[in-house]
Amino acid sequence: MSTSTAPAKAPAEQTTVSTAPPRRVRARGERGRAASLASHGVLTVASLVALFPVAWLVYLSLGPDKDDYLHPGGIWSKMTLDNYAFVLQHTNFFDWLKSSLIVSLGTTVIGVLVAATTGYAVSRMRFPGYRKLMWVLLVTQMFPIAVLIVPMYQILSGLQLVDSYLGLVLVYCSTAVPYCAWLLKGYFDTIPFEIDEAGRVDGLSPFGTFFRLILPLARPGLAVAGFYSFITAFGEVAFASTFMLSDTKYTFAVGLQSFVSEHDAQRHLMAATAVLVAIPVSAFFYLVQKNLVTGLTAGGTKG
Amino acid sequence: MTVAIDRATGKRRGDRTPRPGLGRRLKDGYQKHWYAYAMIAPVAVVIGVLVLYPLGYGLYLTLTDANSLNSARTIGVNEIEATYQFVGLDNYADILWGPTAYDRFWSHFVWTIVWTAVCVGLHFFIGLGLALLLNQKLRGRTFYRLILVLPWAVPTFVTVFGWRFMLADSGIINSALDWLHLPTPAWLEDTFWQRFSAIMVNTWCGVPFMMVSLLGGLQSIDHTLYEAAEMDGANAWQRFRYVTLPGLRSVSSTVVLLGIIWTFNQFAVIFLLFGNTAPEAQILVTWAYQLGFGQQPRDFAQSAAYGILLLAILIVFTSFYRRWLNRNEQQLAN
Repeated sequence: MSTSTAPAKAPAEQTTVSTAPPRRVRARGERGRAASLASHGVLTVASLVALFPVAWLVYLSLGPDKDDYLHPGGIWSKMTLDNYAFVLQHTNFFDWLKSSLIVSLGTTVIGVLVAATTGYAVSRMRFPGYRKLMWVLLVTQMFPIAVLIVPMYQILSGLQLVDSYLGLVLVYCSTAVPYCAWLLKGYFDTIPFEIDEAGRVDGLSPFGTFFRLILPLARPGLAVAGFYSFITAFGEVAFASTFMLSDTKYTFAVGLQSFVSEHDAQRHLMAATAVLVAIPVSAFFYLVQKNLVTGLTAGGTKG
Repeated sequence: MTVAIDRATGKRRGDRTPRPGLGRRLKDGYQKHWYAYAMIAPVAVVIGVLVLYPLGYGLYLTLTDANSLNSARTIGVNEIEATYQFVGLDNYADILWGPTAYDRFWSHFVWTIVWTAVCVGLHFFIGLGLALLLNQKLRGRTFYRLILVLPWAVPTFVTVFGWRFMLADSGIINSALDWLHLPTPAWLEDTFWQRFSAIMVNTWCGVPFMMVSLLGGLQSIDHTLYEAAEMDGANAWQRFRYVTLPGLRSVSSTVVLLGIIWTFNQFAVIFLLFGNTAPEAQILVTWAYQLGFGQQPRDFAQSAAYGILLLAILIVFTSFYRRWLNRNEQQLAN
């Protein structure tokens, strides 16, 4: 469609092009020095803006005193790793690590396991109720936390599951499962249908086709869905802050907040913890981010 | 042998306008639907138990006057029965046109709309600009890309605290402004600046996603289209307007929709930036949370009612958006 619109509209404005003074003809993709410099300039500024808050956090984490963030110049002369040592030895850091991992991994495993067959079914099969299911999957993804948090809190406290890992995992699954199904549908759509047909012709049942042919092929897609659930669950704030009450069961998102209370603000320790959390998570993110983006947008456009 | 697989699904929106012949194949596979149902059963169960049941229960709560004083609770060994009552649609009426409804709902509603529009606009245009820059042959392109993705890579709950340090009264931003002899606003105290900094932080967090997805969209545009346009004498702006933008349509409509939903629902940025301190800067989601969990007594019924209203707004908006997209697409095709 774009090929047909482009030439149709172009002649109208062509007069402005032809009145321009003749220039040296450049090869395609070649730019003037000024344009190139401008691109570099803009990108450098943008990179600095992107980098600065994170770098600043790292820098502050090296200052030994809790009010050092107000006089950052002083940190330079007394830089120390003491905050890190203190966080690792004298806070609940490892408890938080444990609960973060339990909750995020639990959500990931359940999300992917439960969603895999559904993703396949909605990618390959049409059945009565298909559109309704897709609609539910789509709508579930846009639930604001405010919709479920109150009833979930009531239900979980009725079941004595507030302040337990299982409760939080269940809550996260309410978003992770539909999301994974959606994401996996997008991935299964990219696997050629001929493979299914070959499997069926060779006498596999639909389940056999799925488990023995498609699932092994879909490993990258499963990984992306898993990573995505993991990162989402890891970074979730609202439910974790509300449902986790004892400070040894905090996830990092809650634990970090607990450094700053009304009475005391241990900002230096908070910064150090934040850096310790950010490093592995960002490393992990960089490993998968390329797949993540294709997965997210593919699922959306094919809906 | 009949196969419960139909190949038309590979087509975009194949489910909406089935090709002729699809119905026949569907009919042939009808006996096999139990496979499909068996496969979607796990998700159906999970959604039923974890989403629909709480949703129904929440809907019921909005029709009562439940709060933390009259809900069922356990204090020590004593179990106290719930004593809240059914009040019909009073909660909704009170939220939408009760006394002081403007301060409680409509002011937040307007701010939420402004917040969503401004944030998504900034995300999109900055993201598009950076994606266009990154899409050219440029030395150090990968390096720039890696750094620019950083705000997305680091968890939001970490970066927001970084921003809080920077925006604090005598934090680095105000020190720098002071040094330049510029006014130093109270970023985290003054209503206008609270809103300003919330938008700023959220923009910072959200641009990378837009940038990366739009970059993916740009790279998937067929290169020969640009050559053809150039042969026809299109200048840079015309190539952008008539080749790049149409080529980005499907990606951008998806990411804008996602962006709107995520921004509208954005909780972490505002909650972590202000906590309970900034009633004026709360968008509807965080405001609903405040009602339900940030105050005493906790007003469960009103909070849940806000949640339902929010969901209704989103659903209505999304269906209009999709309809609008479909209509536009049909117009383009004609």
